[in-house]
Amino acid sequence: MGSLIARRLAGALAVVASVIVVTFVLTRALPADPAVYFAGLGGTKEAIAAMRAKLGLDHGLLTQFFVYIRALAAGDLGHSLTTGHPVLDDLTRRLPASLELTISALALAAIVGLPAGMAAAVWPNSWFDHLVRVIATVGVAIPTFFTGLMLLHVFYFDLGWAPAPLGRLSSFAAPPPRVSGFYLIDSLLAGDLATFAAAAFQLALPALTLSLFAVAPLARATRAAMLEVLASDFVRTARAIPLSRAKILFVYAFGNALLPVLTTIGMVFSFLLGANVLVEKVFGWPGIGSYAIDALIAADYAPVQGFVLLMAILYILLNLLIDIAVIVADPRTVGA
Amino acid sequence: MNSIAAPQPLLEIEELSVKIASRRGMVAAVRDVSFSVAPGEILGIVGESGSGKSVTALAVMGILPAAARVGHGSIRFAGRALNLTGRRRGDREGLAIIFQNPRAALDPIRPVGRQLVDALRAHSPLSARQAAVSAVELLGQVRIHEPARRFWSYPFELSGGMCQRAMIAIALACKPRLLIADEPTTGLDVTTQKAIVDLLVALAAERGMATVLITHDLALASERCSRLAVMQGGRVVEIAETVEILRQPREPYTRSLIAATPRADEDTTTRTGGAPAAVAPPLLAVESLCRDYRLRAAGGMAARAWGQISRPGNVREIDILRAVDNVTFDLSPGESVGLVGESGSGKSTLAALIVRLIDPTAGRIRFRGEDIGAIPARHAARAAFRREIQMVFQDPSASLNSRHTAFDAIAEPIRRLGPLARARPLAGVVHELAEMVGLAAALLSRLPHQLSGGEKARVGIARAIALRPSLLVLDEPTASLDVRVQAVILDLLAKLRDEFAMTYFFVSHDLAVVRRVCERVMVMRSGQIVESGMTEKVLTAPDHPYTKELVAAIPRAAHRELIQNASAR
Amino acid sequence: MDLARSVRSARLPPGSGSLILVAVLALTGVIAPWIAPYDPLATNVAEALQPPSVAHWFGTDAVGRDLFSRVLVATRLDLSIAVVAVALSFVVGATAGTISGYLGGWIDAAIGRVTDTIMAFPLFVLAMGIVAAAGNTVANIIYATAVINIPTYVRVARAEVLVRREAPFVQAARLAGNGPARVLAFHLFPNVAAPLIVQASLNMGYAILNAAGLSFIGLGVRPPAPEWGIMVADGAAYIISGEWWVWLFPGLALTGAVLAFNVAGDGLRDFFDPQRRS
Repeated sequence: MGSLIARRLAGALAVVASVIVVTFVLTRALPADPAVYFAGLGGTKEAIAAMRAKLGLDHGLLTQFFVYIRALAAGDLGHSLTTGHPVLDDLTRRLPASLELTISALALAAIVGLPAGMAAAVWPNSWFDHLVRVIATVGVAIPTFFTGLMLLHVFYFDLGWAPAPLGRLSSFAAPPPRVSGFYLIDSLLAGDLATFAAAAFQLALPALTLSLFAVAPLARATRAAMLEVLASDFVRTARAIPLSRAKILFVYAFGNALLPVLTTIGMVFSFLLGANVLVEKVFGWPGIGSYAIDALIAADYAPVQGFVLLMAILYILLNLLIDIAVIVADPRTVGA
Repeated sequence: MNSIAAPQPLLEIEELSVKIASRRGMVAAVRDVSFSVAPGEILGIVGESGSGKSVTALAVMGILPAAARVGHGSIRFAGRALNLTGRRRGDREGLAIIFQNPRAALDPIRPVGRQLVDALRAHSPLSARQAAVSAVELLGQVRIHEPARRFWSYPFELSGGMCQRAMIAIALACKPRLLIADEPTTGLDVTTQKAIVDLLVALAAERGMATVLITHDLALASERCSRLAVMQGGRVVEIAETVEILRQPREPYTRSLIAATPRADEDTTTRTGGAPAAVAPPLLAVESLCRDYRLRAAGGMAARAWGQISRPGNVREIDILRAVDNVTFDLSPGESVGLVGESGSGKSTLAALIVRLIDPTAGRIRFRGEDIGAIPARHAARAAFRREIQMVFQDPSASLNSRHTAFDAIAEPIRRLGPLARARPLAGVVHELAEMVGLAAALLSRLPHQLSGGEKARVGIARAIALRPSLLVLDEPTASLDVRVQAVILDLLAKLRDEFAMTYFFVSHDLAVVRRVCERVMVMRSGQIVESGMTEKVLTAPDHPYTKELVAAIPRAAHRELIQNASAR
Repeated sequence: MDLARSVRSARLPPGSGSLILVAVLALTGVIAPWIAPYDPLATNVAEALQPPSVAHWFGTDAVGRDLFSRVLVATRLDLSIAVVAVALSFVVGATAGTISGYLGGWIDAAIGRVTDTIMAFPLFVLAMGIVAAAGNTVANIIYATAVINIPTYVRVARAEVLVRREAPFVQAARLAGNGPARVLAFHLFPNVAAPLIVQASLNMGYAILNAAGLSFIGLGVRPPAPEWGIMVADGAAYIISGEWWVWLFPGLALTGAVLAFNVAGDGLRDFFDPQRRS
């Protein structure tokens, strides 16, 4: 198993290498002089010229590439024109907000979607099954930003239950001392339940919006996988023995259905990272997605490239974790 | 054995009817089926596909699929009426079942021992440790070597035979008084088949367990069962003592089934008049032929699995699999030679080499003196010999393009390779071929999924003989057909061979089938030809120990033998 | 053949409702400019931000443009972006995948590497990056959407070819005298085409969502062109003040279009499912 995991790790590193090549190409495909964007604010002629030299723009493409790699290794992603800070600093500061949102959404989607899919498979063609299928089909069709707006309208504008979409905390509350950057975790660590509640309150609607996008594919995948497994020969054997319903369902059936569902989670995470950007815009959430959007509109490209690279690395990391989870869960993969 | 009063039947089925909902509406799978099983007896249920034998078994066990509806009828076990709509807790204590395709019947990601423990604890109040100990014991009782080690094996690490033994252990854990075995040996090698059935019979005797053996193989059933029930189309056509059925079958269906079953002991060969004299030069000369496969690419699991199947007991990973190992033989024009081997023997690889679908790693293949092995397989489609060497495939469904009509399938080789004489239009040629193979002209416009198994087989044969090849390789051409259809197709193949003076290379796992068609046979094992000779001789007086094993494993249902043994039972 | 039989038995094949809806959508896109009651670009500040009424079925936006006309006309832009993008990715992806699966070797490895690289990015993010780098135009939205969809077709085509490459019917085709090119074209590809077409119809919905998402964050389509995504973005500004009609109707249009294509895709998949053929 160890060698298999090592091989996956090596594979992931190879993909990271290709990703870096792609971001490099994107950087150099900019419509204007990259030096201007990477020089940052206060870009005097001398500063821009210095940046040109630093980026090696006067040399060949290959030299530029090595310059790029060296900069990356040093953590230099350029400077943002709009915030004036190094892109890496901005990203690190804002990343926890995005992660908190995405992970909450994924957790919520899994808690609702997996059992719903299982139940739909156990009682096929029941009203519940039909309901799950309809919701799943429609849910995948609604654009995330539209869901967010609808939820905001109903829960904020009409009912007044949800807070204004102004960020992670209302203007009256102060963020908890930073340990992980996750307000929910940090406030619990600090024992500050009031802040915890406030943070959760602000997080509720955006997380719900994002999770709605993920519930549909998760429920569908779980339902499909469970249906297939429940019709399999080995479940028939289990019924013939007979093993208890609970054992058949949760150990024999779900254990096997979990494998394709894990793969679906990886795919869903790709959608979530993308949809994250849209949700951050709708709710004014101060994560890396809104950072990138603001930069885009201001024609500030260094943050955008840094954002794309960071997202890719996050995604590769997650896929690696899922690959490892599958290797651990499925004994048939060992030895390959 | 005579007894004053017949013992109370253990299982009594009365007028059972089951319908299954399908796209065509409700289909009657079981119609008014009645039979009983006495304690300790072995009853055989014989039938072709669609006869309803498996659905009956599922109904008895209470695990019918959701789409099934039980109509009227009753099932009583040990005097208690069983619930027909499903399974209540504890109402089927004493019943157990094993299935076809044992590897699929085990949870692929759970060690075999743990599944056994689950079964044990479902029937007895055991602690986890006690159950584990019992499990290892049971694994030993079903003759699995190193049971303590095999406890932790996953199904993919076990051979088909071992998986079936594990399934039997699970069934035994249910403390059965009656064991239903639904096609327990179909898909297993003949030698493994015999071992498994021997095991079942031994266990039944040891435990006083009644057995219901469901199979399509009449020879197997009549060898092992004292009573037989013949099913067709959901009904029990005939049920009587085995001897009675074989000696005096009453129903026409039973008679046709008996006539169609290939038997290795009787001389049923279609090769009358003896073999043609071996004329020099040979049509096909194979010399030191080898074909290797690299397994690293396929992954360690495949290597381990192959190691198990081809060399049982060997758990080392093997890097290079030698599927065909130094094979040398000749085929004379007009000969009909069989190649017999179990799975993993390399027989299909050898067939693919001869037809030039794949390239040899070493050795020579000469056809009419020309070295056709030197022409790479990817160029073989347009080579000169292409029209002369053709193949009939095993699975008629898989070997027909699902989007081409029967007409197109048969016409294809003629379009691609045949010189069409101006005077004979294509349609005429295709119709003629269809007639030759007994395929109604109306069926030519149909797609494969609209044809029956036998009809698809005929299309495959028509296509193969379209260009009058001199050498026809047949790779298990009847393996997926029902036994009566198989008999008809084998007769057809024999007729065509005689009519067109073709040379046949007939690959099969079934010695009895080979006997009908081939006067000479070669036995293959682990890539090597271990024995070769006239079929009569190889079957009656084999030389090689492996051949002896193969021949001994063939179920025998000859009238003579059974009648001789009837009094002994 | 199945279609003919079902038509004869007067029972429409499943999923045909959505196919009709898709046809209606396409038709709307074509004739929209002629059936729109108002000029979608005509502003009328006096009538700004009016709720839905008899005069304006969907209400008006911030500069008084009739929303119904705008939503109607936007059909054309949104659908054509999606159709062109899907067509591009289909052609490139299916070809690459088929070749990759059939030839194997270094070609397979190279194409696999490219596909893996594309799939290493969260796809929407990659689209953002491409449009940001290449420039903010509609053409670039199409290219970006096409690029991020290519891997799906490559994977499906490659998998289908691999499964069938050694299938008995392909072997039989070789025995009948078909060289590799003929086998690929006449035997493999027709059997592979069906899953690819299903994939294409399922992908249409995703392409529409992708393009709309990019427009929502300000990429690609510039105002005043009517496009559902930017219309929702315009309306988002009014979420706090409650003029719900500005963002609701384009959003519903988006949902409806995506839903129609998704259900049509599901229907096509069932239609082509060999197990369905009894």
